[in-house]
Parts: sequence; C-alpha cells; structure tokens
Amino acid sequence: MPNVDLAETSVRELNAALHKLGKDTNETLWSIANPAGEHSIAVGIDAPITVNIAGNVGYFCGGMNKYANIVIDGSAGQGVGENMMSGRIHVKGDASQSAGATGRGGLLLVEGNASARCGISMKGIDIVVKGDIGHLSAFMGQNGRLVVFGEAGEALGDSIYEAHIYVRGPVASLGADCIEKEMRDEHKAELGELLKAAGEIHKVDVSEFRRYGSARKLYNFNIDNAGAY
Amino acid sequence: MCGIAGLFIKDPKLEPRLGELLAKMTSTLCSRGPDSAGFAIYGHGKTGQTKLTIAGSTAEVDIARAAKLLVEAIGGGQVSVRHSHAVVTLKTEDVPRAEAWLAKNLPDVTIMSEGQRLEIYKEVGFPDDVAREFDIAKMSGTHGISHTRMATESAVTTNGAHPFSTATDQCLVHNGSLSNHASLRRELRREGIKIRTENDTEVAAGYLTRQMKNGQTLSEALKSSLDDLDGFFTFVVGTETGFGVLRDPIACKPAVMAETDEYVAFGSEYKTLTCLPGIKTARVWEPKPATVYFWEHA
Repeated sequence: MPNVDLAETSVRELNAALHKLGKDTNETLWSIANPAGEHSIAVGIDAPITVNIAGNVGYFCGGMNKYANIVIDGSAGQGVGENMMSGRIHVKGDASQSAGATGRGGLLLVEGNASARCGISMKGIDIVVKGDIGHLSAFMGQNGRLVVFGEAGEALGDSIYEAHIYVRGPVASLGADCIEKEMRDEHKAELGELLKAAGEIHKVDVSEFRRYGSARKLYNFNIDNAGAY
Repeated sequence: MCGIAGLFIKDPKLEPRLGELLAKMTSTLCSRGPDSAGFAIYGHGKTGQTKLTIAGSTAEVDIARAAKLLVEAIGGGQVSVRHSHAVVTLKTEDVPRAEAWLAKNLPDVTIMSEGQRLEIYKEVGFPDDVAREFDIAKMSGTHGISHTRMATESAVTTNGAHPFSTATDQCLVHNGSLSNHASLRRELRREGIKIRTENDTEVAAGYLTRQMKNGQTLSEALKSSLDDLDGFFTFVVGTETGFGVLRDPIACKPAVMAETDEYVAFGSEYKTLTCLPGIKTARVWEPKPATVYFWEHA
C-alpha cells in the first residue's frame, strides 16, 4: 500500500513507479498526498489499481488511464482523464475545461461542475457530471455517453457524430447539427445503466433527462451531392 | 502560454504580505512565461500626490540620475529607486509638466505607470529573478497583479512586458493574443492615444483608455472590448480601489479564482493559489466566459 507525498517525491518519479506495475501487481492501493495542483499526476497507468489523491490536481490527471480507479479528493485542472481507455476517474470537486477529451473508454464521474469543452471529441468514454457543464461540450463527439445532472452551456454537441448526450437541466443552445431526440425506452435503459455505474441509480429519475444527438446532416456522405466532390 | 496572478486583499491584516504572496504566486508561473515578468502593486498613497514609475527603454539609461534630473527640473519631489525603475513622487498638479519635460529631455525614459497608488515594475528575464531584483516580496499594499510572459505578438523587451498602464492608477495584463491590433492601433493613434510598442496588449490597454475617455466605466469598457477586440484573451485589470477579470467568449485561456474572507485571488492555474492562507477551505471557481467580474474597496 504505497503512500506517496508529492511534497517530497516528484510527479515524474511517481508516474515512473506507476508505469512499472504489471497487471498482476499486489500494490493495488496507492495514496497520493500534497498534489498541490501539479500537472500530469497518475498519467498513463496500465494496471488495475486504485489511486487516491488527497487534494486538487493540475492538468491531464489520469490521462490515458487504462484499468485504474483514480479518486481525486478535490478539483481537477484542464483535461482530466483525457484520452482515457478504460477504468474509472472520480473527481469529487469541479473539473476544468476539456474533461475527458478524446476519451475512448471507461467512466469519468465529476461530482461538481465541469467547464467548457467537456467531452470534446469523445470516442467511447462515458462521462457523468453531477453539476453543470460549460460551452462547446461534446464538440465533435464520436462515441460514448455524456450525462449532465445540471445545465449545459452554449453550443452543446456542435458538429457531433454518434455520442449520446443526456441533460437534465436547461441547455443554453445546441451546436451545429445537434438536435433534441426522443427519449425511448432503450435510452432510459442506457441512462439507467450509466447512473448505476456512477452510483446514482434510484437517486435521480431518468425521465427528467432529455436526449440530444446528431441530426446526421453534417457528417454523412449524401449521394445527392456526389457530383460536387 | 503566459501566466497571470492577482491578489485583492479584503482583510487589512494581510496587506503587509501582499508582495510576498504575489511573488510566491508568480513563481509558480515561470514555466508559462519565462521571457519576462511584471508586477503592478497598489501601495499607499497621499491625496494630492502622484507617483510616476519610470524606467529606461535600454539598459544604458541611468534611471537614478534621470529621476534626479526630473525632480530638479520640476522643482520638488521624492525619488525611490528599485533596480532598473524609479518611483518619483510629485505634486499631482506637476505631473503634466513632468511628462512633457521627460518627453522632451529624456526620450529614452518610459513612464511605466502614473497614479496616486499604482507602481509598475517590469523587466526582461526569468520571473523569479525579476521578482528578486525588484524585491517585490518586501512590498505591501491592498492589491497587486503580476504577469509572466511568453512572447507571441512582439519582441521581448521591457516595454513589451506586462502590466500595461491604461490610465491613472489603472493597469492591464493579458494572456492570449489579439489579431486586429494593427488596425486598432492606427485608429487609436489617430485619436491621440499614446501607444509606444508593436505589442498587442498595449493596444488593448489603449482601447480601454479611449473607451473610458469617451465616458464609459471600466466595466462598460471591458464589456465593449468583447465586440471590438478580435482574438483570444483573459484580462486582469487593476484600478485604484479594485480588481477585475474578463475572459473572451471562447475562454481557451485558463483562469482560476479563489475567495475567502481575507482575499480574492486570480491564477492562471490552481497551483498559483496554493501558497495562499486558507486556500484549502477557500471558494475556488473558474470565471465564466464573456462575463465581467469586479471587486472593489468601498
């Protein structure tokens, strides 16, 4: 059960130690003290471990994560969980912009608010934000699900591909080619699964959410336009 | 890149520590802006007196001698030299005469700031070194703003460093880059606004000066900048009694704020704020895009 104090150990040393862990490691519970807003903490983990971080972190925390369960007992700077592949990142405070950017898998759970560009270019990650999200969230989202308990800022889902968006509160505006869609039973079931994964099932009512997604007019090849290419 | 730190003190007990805290905050931003650094400090001033902070536009200028000559020419005033800058305290009614005298007799000397309380210190170099050379940590005051610069739009010179003075007791720092600064500079110069460098931020400072000359409040001037400035920016401004923040509508330049009963603080990154007392229990948030925030002493 390693304890790492970032007041004494550098982030580089911490990350090197984490990168050495094999998939069958016995060192499965790590505690990180004094993160003090440093960047790139616990980036690139490739092992099924739990990392508890006591405090606020800077940019890119948990980036490229694979398998690990990372708990941030504080707020996270830009790009938390960017390009994560699998595993789970739980931010107990707020997340800055570009949370979960380009993420391919796993779950990013934010207890507070996430700011601009949450889930930008998401490619399979699931993101659950219990507060509000800022403008241009899920921009060019290709795959994965974004769930927001609060409000969404301007231009939600601009130029979106096939990511699914569920928002409970008001949406300031929808971006290009993003439309509200009917909430069918399959979507309620999908949302229920996400709430379960986030530990929020039975606490919030899936019928309070509205669904948004692509109108598929911007990115689809249209045969009628073939002559124009 | 570039980095900004700002501290607005609410509890006077913290005022003696303004310089120390601002220098520590700035130290976390060295990697964001290793080219140069600057500090705007709102210290104590006397009614009827104005502080001119002056510096040479080249290292060859003997600023202590320049300040002495200025005081002799005007016939009164106190001089305090800090590294490459000098603060000349004059009777407020003598200021236009002093400015005209400097422009005519010592064209190599630049007025960094003018005001009852504001002093601006800025220099090329690694931010920690700049803070040490000016001995910022020893300064006290009610509020201060600092900037670390990674130059994009103009040369790395003392005059190209931030903060820029916008008017009496007012200053501006900027993280970002403006794309319509050339046309706006021509427009402002035609209207008689003094702009010395090819720097984009100085144009933003000149723009705010013009808007306020035309009757807008600082808050209104900041709001109209959202329409008139093309580019991306996070601005932090200081006035004699206040401290304001504005991000452009896209808000790609970072900003984190913290507030306690003792202070309001701004940092480009959270780690800028970690040295502040009580930060662990402070309210910490990101300012919203296209929204003017302002704090003021009554």
